[in-house]
Amino acid sequence: MSYASSLYFTGTEIGLSLAGLVLLLVVGWTGAKSARVVTILAVSALVGAIAFTASLPVGSPADGFNSAFGGLLRMDSFAVFAKILIYLATIGCLMVTPRFFEERDGYRGEYPVLMLFGAIGMGMMVSATNLMTLYIGLELSSLSSYVFASFLRSDWRSNEAGLKYFILGALASGIILYGMSLVYGFAGTTDYAGIRAAFSTHFPLGALFGVVFVLAGLAFKIAAVPFHMWTPDVYEGSPTPVTAFFASAPKVAAIGMLVRMALVPFGGEVEAWRQIVIFASIASIVVGALGAIGQQNLKRLLAYSSINNVGFLLVGLAAATPAGASAMLTYLVIYVAMTLGSFAALLMLRDTEGQPLETFADISGLSTTRPGLAWCLLFVMFSLAGIPPLFGFWAKFVVFQAAVQAGLVPLAAIGIAASVIGAFYYLRFIKVMFFDESNREPEKSSPMGHWVVLVVSVIVISPLGYFATPWLGSVASQAAAALFAVA
Amino acid sequence: MGFPILSVMLLVPLVAAIACLFLEARSARVVALLATLIDFVLGVVLWANFDIGGAQWQFVEHAPLFAGFNYALGIDGIALMLIMLSVFLMPICILASWNSITRRVGEYMAAFLLMEVLMLGVFMAQDLFLFYIFFEGGLIPMYLIIGVWGGDNRIYASYKFFLYTLLGSVLMLIAMLWMANAAGTSDIPTLMQYNFPVEAQRWLWLAFFASFAVKMPMWPVHTWLPDAHVQAPTAGSVILAGVLLKLAGYGFIRFSLPMFPEASAQFMWLIFALSMVAVVYTSLVALVQHDMKKLIAYSSVAHMAIVTAALFAFNVQGLEGGMIMMLSHGLVSGALFLCVGVIYDRLHTREIDRYGGLAINMPKYSLFFLLFTMASIGLPGTSGFVAEFVSLAGVYHASSFATLVLTTGIILGAAYMLYLYRRVAFGDQKNADAAAMPDLDLREWSMLAALAAATLWMGIYPESFIAPMRSDIQTLDARLAQAAPKGDAQLKVGPPNAHAANYIAHGSESTGEAH
Repeated sequence: MSYASSLYFTGTEIGLSLAGLVLLLVVGWTGAKSARVVTILAVSALVGAIAFTASLPVGSPADGFNSAFGGLLRMDSFAVFAKILIYLATIGCLMVTPRFFEERDGYRGEYPVLMLFGAIGMGMMVSATNLMTLYIGLELSSLSSYVFASFLRSDWRSNEAGLKYFILGALASGIILYGMSLVYGFAGTTDYAGIRAAFSTHFPLGALFGVVFVLAGLAFKIAAVPFHMWTPDVYEGSPTPVTAFFASAPKVAAIGMLVRMALVPFGGEVEAWRQIVIFASIASIVVGALGAIGQQNLKRLLAYSSINNVGFLLVGLAAATPAGASAMLTYLVIYVAMTLGSFAALLMLRDTEGQPLETFADISGLSTTRPGLAWCLLFVMFSLAGIPPLFGFWAKFVVFQAAVQAGLVPLAAIGIAASVIGAFYYLRFIKVMFFDESNREPEKSSPMGHWVVLVVSVIVISPLGYFATPWLGSVASQAAAALFAVA
Repeated sequence: MGFPILSVMLLVPLVAAIACLFLEARSARVVALLATLIDFVLGVVLWANFDIGGAQWQFVEHAPLFAGFNYALGIDGIALMLIMLSVFLMPICILASWNSITRRVGEYMAAFLLMEVLMLGVFMAQDLFLFYIFFEGGLIPMYLIIGVWGGDNRIYASYKFFLYTLLGSVLMLIAMLWMANAAGTSDIPTLMQYNFPVEAQRWLWLAFFASFAVKMPMWPVHTWLPDAHVQAPTAGSVILAGVLLKLAGYGFIRFSLPMFPEASAQFMWLIFALSMVAVVYTSLVALVQHDMKKLIAYSSVAHMAIVTAALFAFNVQGLEGGMIMMLSHGLVSGALFLCVGVIYDRLHTREIDRYGGLAINMPKYSLFFLLFTMASIGLPGTSGFVAEFVSLAGVYHASSFATLVLTTGIILGAAYMLYLYRRVAFGDQKNADAAAMPDLDLREWSMLAALAAATLWMGIYPESFIAPMRSDIQTLDARLAQAAPKGDAQLKVGPPNAHAANYIAHGSESTGEAH
């Protein structure tokens, strides 16, 4: 394991770090006026990161040549898949961000720079194969996130969101750290493969506690019930572009980290954690669906929607099979498209004075005033509800297929029945936009960047997406296989 | 592999639907009508080229486009007939909306054309999951049609329609996943020959039943139908009653019966019980309706109950009767909704009491309305007679008691339909505005005439419609034979009588000779 190879496989992180530091200097020297330029440069850095990541030789899953720094990080096909998705989501978020802040507090160059650092952290989360690297990545991305939540300095809701997010995030980190220390104590190593090997011979009760604590902390990060209560407040209070970010890239990273954690170091102890995951899954689906019903605020509603989606993702994890992990990755791709689409649309919903339209009452009759936007939202909402022929159905299809193949038919049946509750509030979007009369005049045009994100997302989730299923399926299974080859 | 006619039939309305979204009202109407007419012509070509008695699955197309499921299309005689029904009703629906829809015409036409794509897709699909996608996708356009262009209480109705049918369907998806996993394929023709363990069959049957019973709709999950019908625009009701309800009947005949024959036999009592309740209960409810559309909606539930009972009678007559009943009901109930639509467009009310004596000022209309009323009742010479007679003959083999109860539905059907007709068309012209309504114009006349011709054709020469389905129904019957329960009508052929029935003994002259 030469340094050259280690540096090569961590090239994405190194490159992004350098780009971030240089851009930070640029921002420091030029101040707020260069914010847009820095954003564009950050996006191009991420594009470069995607290109580099895609070109990495991932090799066959079994050989360990893609490890870096003595097994601290691992650039297998799972990491590549998750990273590319994270970077794409980050780019999407950056594209819809500037206008929002420029009209309020003044857009500042720190934002895209922090985004880059967050992206590095998230990349580390999904490729970490050691508890220590994992924790560093997690904290790097979390710290950027706390700043984002309160980025709108003059807005008390944003400050409140930042504070809440920080306190609860710190609590979650503490729980994870405590769990890790127990795991380390019983396994005697922080290396994933080492933990797995140690637990396969001896899995005492204390180690189980460690596993439960780690999973509980991770449940905080992915906003799974019963650790979801911060989500609606933070999502509602944060500036909308930040909410879009929270719902997409960090979610992918946290899910990726959870999958790798559950299937590699704890992969021998599936029975120990499966019931936790099943409970969190059903509870998230149900609470996410029921909680959304009474909401008037669209961002709050989308927060519940993301809780609901995490529930479906966990169905795939409960299967604990390669098919389940592959289904989760497929789900994540479609979920990111739906999330970015819905938030891009939300950012485009403004009245003629530029005030955001944030409640159901505000968007009534949108189909007559902004038909294009309304139709895009209709696609997104039916897709979120999982109604075929939209692509959101495919996401649910693969996770439930994995669950049924793993013999978890009751879980699949309950989960899918509960998804009908969720359909109710997605339908409300359609009802309000299409069936009601309009009472507010929305802004007639939207910037190009927003349209690009929205239209690309809508194309992904339209029935055209099915034509990508063979490719998506094979890439996702390859990525999932990488997790199981370690065993 | 010849000309992919099935794909083309799906593609034509799909392209037209996308075009309609961007067109203004007038051209959208024309495009929609043209697209549906092209599809109708393609349907006729399809029927003409269908090889009766040939291969079970014809016009098969197969393309490995997707992961996890296949783009596989193909039809048998049963699907062919239902496809014909759909493509026949669609242009009529477009015509029915010609003047009555003035708001957002392009979107309306797009929704209808999309509906057509999805309905045809359901009948053509040869892959389990492709079927599901088409089956569920139909909810979206129908939800929009009811919600955007419906009546006053349209929002409640659209929600109820959507959530009821969705809840019914999702469990079917899990069952399908299990089946595909167990059988190792999602190919429908293969699965139709696959023997699932009987224990599993019960669960699978129930999951499919949950979906189809709601869609059919069977008592007691029928309550969405009257709401949806009343609130939907006329053409929406026509397509709902005409084709959407048939998706469930098709589901029973394509999935429940051939894939789970043992479970079907075990749950026969359930189907019969629900059907019996539905016939009597909904007929009685129909008797007391003040709203014309609601009345016809309840009559649909009653007629569909006869379909379910007939399909689960486990004999050829029952299956043929159920299919003819579906086709006949598609035409007749569609026509009745159109009849309601015609006078609704003039007076903007569905209250029966607001009309009366229409035979005086609208004689042509009244004639058509009478014909469809009679067809709904099952008068010989109309399609309804063939349908009811064959269905009930089939059910009689299985259960004479069920037949007895179902037959009361015919009597009650005559009661509520004739009562409706009397109040609307006969009697005094008690409302001046109703008396001033003009008779049918050419557009309305041609729509109703087309339906009337089809109804009479099916009533006088049903062989045209039964012939394509015959071999498929026999195949299905053979498949069901392994599980068919013994009916209670054990007809024994005794020795022939010694004498003719009108023979009178003449003492010693009696020789018993046949004359």
